[in-house]
Amino acid sequence: MIARWFHRKGWSDLVIGLPYVWLLIFFLIPFLIVVGMSFATRTSTAPPFGFGGENPLVNLAGYARLFSDTLYIRAFVTSLVNAAGAMVLCLLIGYPMALGLTRVDRGWRNILLMLVILPFWTSFLLRVYAWMGLMGSNSWFNKLLTAGWNILVPQAWAVANVPLMHSNFAVVLVMVYTYLPFMILPLYANLERLDPTLDEAAMDLGSRPFAVFRDVTLPQSIPGIIAGGMLVFIPAAGELVIPTLVGDSSAPMIGRVISDEFSSARDWPMASAVAVALLILMVGPMMIYARFDARAQARERQA
Amino acid sequence: MKRSNTFLLTMLGFGFAFFYVPILSMIVYSFNASRLATVWGGFSTKWYGTLLSNAQVGKALTLSLEIAVISSTTATILGTMAGIALARFTTFRGRTLFSGLVTAPLIMPEVITGISSLIFFILLGQYLGWPAARGFTTVTLAHITFSMVFVTTIVQSRMLSADRAIEEAAMDLGAKPWQVLRDVTLPVISPAILSGWLLAFTISMDDVVITNFTTGPGTTTLPILIWSKVKLGVTPDINALATLIVLTVGLCVLAAGVGMNRAERRAERDRRLAYRANQ
Repeated sequence: MIARWFHRKGWSDLVIGLPYVWLLIFFLIPFLIVVGMSFATRTSTAPPFGFGGENPLVNLAGYARLFSDTLYIRAFVTSLVNAAGAMVLCLLIGYPMALGLTRVDRGWRNILLMLVILPFWTSFLLRVYAWMGLMGSNSWFNKLLTAGWNILVPQAWAVANVPLMHSNFAVVLVMVYTYLPFMILPLYANLERLDPTLDEAAMDLGSRPFAVFRDVTLPQSIPGIIAGGMLVFIPAAGELVIPTLVGDSSAPMIGRVISDEFSSARDWPMASAVAVALLILMVGPMMIYARFDARAQARERQA
Repeated sequence: MKRSNTFLLTMLGFGFAFFYVPILSMIVYSFNASRLATVWGGFSTKWYGTLLSNAQVGKALTLSLEIAVISSTTATILGTMAGIALARFTTFRGRTLFSGLVTAPLIMPEVITGISSLIFFILLGQYLGWPAARGFTTVTLAHITFSMVFVTTIVQSRMLSADRAIEEAAMDLGAKPWQVLRDVTLPVISPAILSGWLLAFTISMDDVVITNFTTGPGTTTLPILIWSKVKLGVTPDINALATLIVLTVGLCVLAAGVGMNRAERRAERDRRLAYRANQ
């Protein structure tokens, strides 16, 4: 009986049903609870929320505070600026690297590609930690930077050491370091597929190398730029580990604010409201990414 | 052309220096005799001794490995099922929601996943009495949930590029759908399943944020142990631990990469030989 059910239809029901139910229970329900929580009222009970009082079901106080309290607006601005900065720097460093990878010969290329991916497999936390060692005021790297700075600028601007740690610059630098592979890999995949004869044709028609790049290579690589850009921007905007370790705690990013509201302030409804707001801000970039990703996959299937 | 290549190769060199100088610096400073982690005070291996005699580190590593093996294996089973479902069953009720559920965890900020899982587990404990406390079980459940979708992505894209004709041939020869899955489809996608498992394992071994939210007292994984120490600053024994981790992972990935490269070249050569033999 069971065997027959299994052979006819049961196996496909299981293949769909098990992961479906799992994600419904452990992903969708928790997420809906957070959305619901953002409309709740903070109480001093355990767990610290409830529905009642002046606003029984929908309490929009949390969302109102998002706009009235400058802490949240500043945190959102800091996050978006840092993530955008990391995205642009990743593009400026990653684009020439990806293009360079398409120009080295095959044997080397595989080795170099692996060297791009290798840091991604090693611990994320330890890659952030490696920079903490470099940026500290006594480190060789900081001394080198300080010496360079003191030589280049007038005497009056000389410093004992460059204040790298605990700044927004440090956050952007470490984000670029940890997310650069996410920029290089989609760009490389895109650039590698381009037809080199187009470059040659442009060159034969008298274009200079930079003009070839600007008029032929760059326009064709826009899907890769967008894919890489979003892969850097989306995780960077919600980043928690990097700003906690190397960031300026007086100008926190939004991830830090959510975590602090939740753990230190024990204000679950507020933490949830900030989380929902972050997701709403991220919907735009996510949709852009999904659109370009779907188009790229469709093209791949055609080829 | 030549000048632009010089520029690109310089950028490549600069980029790889950027990737590897911090890691190399950390490795060098793990052999620093000085207690000050960033000031060189001569060569010494004493921090490795300190590290090896630290029972906490061994315990955390064992715990991380246990959680990673259980969660990545479960995540691979569930993730593979979801990948097969999305690639082969084009119409079933709730497919749009399902494909959304498979994509959303990939782009959801970790803080939000962490907080929502924590609230969920706390409320479950409050109203159902299970889980009574947070620890091994809750961390493992959270790891399964956010790593299974990575497996799904890999399996799904392998399924879509696989040749369906073999499956159809098996079907024509009288195999039942379930037998086709077991004897044809699964062997074909087994490399994707393996890389999915490896990715899920790495993600679980590496996770800080979600683990930090879903763990409880007494359940300290290796990343959580490092996290609690690193928040206080750079110390030489963490340099030593980091060096061991980076070298272990690096050697494994290099070996896997070299192996794959060689297999690829062998396959290429076989294909060429087969082509010539057919001419």
